[in-house]
Amino acid sequence: MEINPTRRTVLRGAGRAGVLYTLIATGVFKTTAAIAAAWNKTAFDSKDTIGALKGIGANAAADSNDIILKAPTIAENGAVVPVDVVSNIPNTTSISILVEKNPFPLSAHFEFANGALPDVSVRLKFAQTSLVKAVVKADGKFYTVQKEVKVTVGGCGG
Amino acid sequence: MTDPMKIRAQMKGDVAEVRVLMSHPMETGQRKDAAGNAVPVHFIQNISIEVGGKVVVEGQTGTSVSRNPVFGFKVKGAKVGDKVAVNWIDNKGDKRTDEASIT
Repeated sequence: MEINPTRRTVLRGAGRAGVLYTLIATGVFKTTAAIAAAWNKTAFDSKDTIGALKGIGANAAADSNDIILKAPTIAENGAVVPVDVVSNIPNTTSISILVEKNPFPLSAHFEFANGALPDVSVRLKFAQTSLVKAVVKADGKFYTVQKEVKVTVGGCGG
Repeated sequence: MTDPMKIRAQMKGDVAEVRVLMSHPMETGQRKDAAGNAVPVHFIQNISIEVGGKVVVEGQTGTSVSRNPVFGFKVKGAKVGDKVAVNWIDNKGDKRTDEASIT
């Protein structure tokens, strides 16, 4: 998505994306041109994994053994499930994490620059037993690995 | 308004390990309060980590991230004394920045 923040900043209302553009333009977020990005609403609002993958451009991701995805086989508390992803694929630029059976599967997306390693730890809610998928972008191509997490008490709310 | 983030940044060899605990309800919009009304959606959408003044990680998050998010990152080439800044913005436009030094 090509965005010119200066063009849109003042004219947009106080919607979510507008606030971020305003903050980028006023320098609250010091951004490097390569990785400044607005929140990917299409992908995060997608209610299924296929839509979410499409939203991040990864619908043709290839399975890879070079991504280390750590998540518990059984999670007692679905509200806080630790998930770690390390990519050993050279030139990794981003890692995305999806929880397949959650109401909105795309959970997090990280982009790396200036020495950051493609190695992230997060804590996610799992609504129910589900596959967790890690998607890595390296040299413009996408790779993925998945693992099942069994959940005894679901953690999305209600 | 929100509690400060807890940031721990330590060198392990030539890699800085950064751990951040953020204070945020990360409401999915599906939880109901005592009166039976849905608690409105309220969650962090964007985060960024800076080390020594350069952005090293930019993250986007959704409602599946746990309440009071905890994140871990690793940065090569950092050194003791470098400043780590963590920023977040949520869906209401609230934001927070906290800093720590690498030990």
